[in-house]
Amino acid sequence: MTVAEHAIAAPVSRAVVAHAIAPRSSGRPWTFYALCTVFVFYVLALYGPMICIYILSFQDVRGGLVFPMKGLSLHWFVDLFTQVRTGDVKGAFERSVKLAAIVTVATVIFSFLAGLAFRRSFPGDGIVFYLMIGSLVAPGLVLSIGVGLLLHFIGIEGSWYTSAVGAQLSWTLPFGVLVMFAVMSRFDRAWEEAAYDLGASRWQAMRLIVIPILAPGLVAVALFGFTLSYDEFARTLQTAGSLNTLPLEIWTMTLNVTSPSLYALGTVTTIISFAIIAICLGTIATIQKRRASRAPTG
Amino acid sequence: MDLGPGHIELAGVVKSFDGFINAVDGVNLKIPDGAYCCLLGPSGCGKTTILRMIAGHEDPTAGEILIGGENVVGLPPVARRTAMMFQSYALFPHLTVRDNIAFALRVRGLSKAARYRTADAMMEKVRLTDFADRLPAQLSGGQQQRVALARAAITEPRVLLLDEPLSALDEHLRVQMRQELRAMQRDLGITFIHVTHTQLEAIALADLVVVMDKGKVRQAGPARDIYDSPNDRYVAEFLGGQNVLSGQVRTVNGHHAEVAALAGSGIRVPLTPGIHVDAGDPIAIAVRRDDVELVRPGKAPAADTVALSGKVTGVEYQGYFVKVLLDAGGSADFVAYVSERKFFSDPVGIGEAVLVTWPIEVARLLR
Repeated sequence: MTVAEHAIAAPVSRAVVAHAIAPRSSGRPWTFYALCTVFVFYVLALYGPMICIYILSFQDVRGGLVFPMKGLSLHWFVDLFTQVRTGDVKGAFERSVKLAAIVTVATVIFSFLAGLAFRRSFPGDGIVFYLMIGSLVAPGLVLSIGVGLLLHFIGIEGSWYTSAVGAQLSWTLPFGVLVMFAVMSRFDRAWEEAAYDLGASRWQAMRLIVIPILAPGLVAVALFGFTLSYDEFARTLQTAGSLNTLPLEIWTMTLNVTSPSLYALGTVTTIISFAIIAICLGTIATIQKRRASRAPTG
Repeated sequence: MDLGPGHIELAGVVKSFDGFINAVDGVNLKIPDGAYCCLLGPSGCGKTTILRMIAGHEDPTAGEILIGGENVVGLPPVARRTAMMFQSYALFPHLTVRDNIAFALRVRGLSKAARYRTADAMMEKVRLTDFADRLPAQLSGGQQQRVALARAAITEPRVLLLDEPLSALDEHLRVQMRQELRAMQRDLGITFIHVTHTQLEAIALADLVVVMDKGKVRQAGPARDIYDSPNDRYVAEFLGGQNVLSGQVRTVNGHHAEVAALAGSGIRVPLTPGIHVDAGDPIAIAVRRDDVELVRPGKAPAADTVALSGKVTGVEYQGYFVKVLLDAGGSADFVAYVSERKFFSDPVGIGEAVLVTWPIEVARLLR
């Protein structure tokens, strides 16, 4: 029964309903428009600055770093990949993607295992959990300097594929595990028990039941791992060694490149980020669609 | 001695999860091969733990569990040849009905063609053929239950264990699925052990009802014995259908005890063999609600009946009978089930004084 019907059924409550903030036939209450306005400003504040960058990256050769827009071309994108003076963008990009891939795989594996482990309480589980959250709270830059110092002290040379991987995992793992907790909370242990009951071995239950059911959640963990790693600056700064990752490269460019090719780089990396998110969401949707398509609706 | 493959015996079974409190506290129980057994009790009484121990999902802290005469403690579920139907069914959400049912055959390494052939035959049997390619989420509660049954039955178990199988269904469907369960059990001819907290479900289905409380068996027997002749106060109250009165024994002669109950009035109760009472003992007696007759004050009650004066405090129309709640001096309501025609031939209203009567021989002493 809707609110309006309710009012008719019970005349006493009509006065209450008239003042209530609820859709009525006469239109929406003023609060709807007020909240709409707030939301529009929120979205503008969220995406406005980024959109400025994207727009300015499409200027022609006369373009500068500020509005107004001068011409319209792909000049700065070409410049980005041809001019040496902008730095080693291609190399930095490759390193960043490889680093993110390593971090993603490690994050998915460890988060999955941690999710399985934390289903039962074990001695010291609280301490393990808070230690993990602690690394999430620790300032990234400080952590990065600490890792750098330690490596220097031991006498090992850091690089993007060793020390940076470790430093980034201190960031992506807690996130991955927290996402995994949320995913696991909807996993019914009875599914696993039913599998054993029907004669499955531990490994068969894992392969045929647990992993397939959790697959969309694991993709979400991977997405988190990848995007967090791909644009991580603070934790990489002192741990990447002599070769830059992409965020470090962009930061360097802001210091010495004074052309819109910097903006072009921003546009390109954003496109890549969104492409990766789209691929992940597409994968989740495909998994679910494939399950649904095997079953005619009705 | 051949006990049959589905004969189950629990001997001194104890289960403690924390080492202090026994969730199951020394249970001895024999369930004959091919019986429909209901474990009945409130939540937390240990009935599900017993089921899970028989299934092999929990190990007993002490005691033995024998199926078909062999001790199965420590064996995995498949080796016990038991199958469990989980509460809310635990159907695999990512597999179709056919793949759910064929799962047990898949993990045994049967080819796709072979396992689908068997699964299709099973689906035919439980009328699921039209739903073979659906996912569990696209099925109704009753259909999901049939999938769960089929998935368990395909392993050809000697014992099927059902954990609150009807609790996820609405009232109407519950009665229908209850009959289907019973028919399925007769069909398969195997032992069913069914855990429930609903007494009506238990007495409607079971050959053997096991009433449990706090990890212990209070009474085990055929449904009619449990309902009509409860051993103790707990069973009488849990099964319902009985008025339980407490009192003190005044005198005992060879056949009857005179009990002072309900504000001092004397009630004569036949002695039960095996229950020894002496004058002065505190005792509880049970009177079936449908054995109670209400008589207008002034009218003489029939011979050899107990008569208490009471006052009507509530009347509930139940269709084929009328539930009359009375204040007869006890702490709890005294309840009479009066047949509908009889009630309306001379209806009593709330606040009216009546005589609450029952034949002496129908009351029972409780332990």
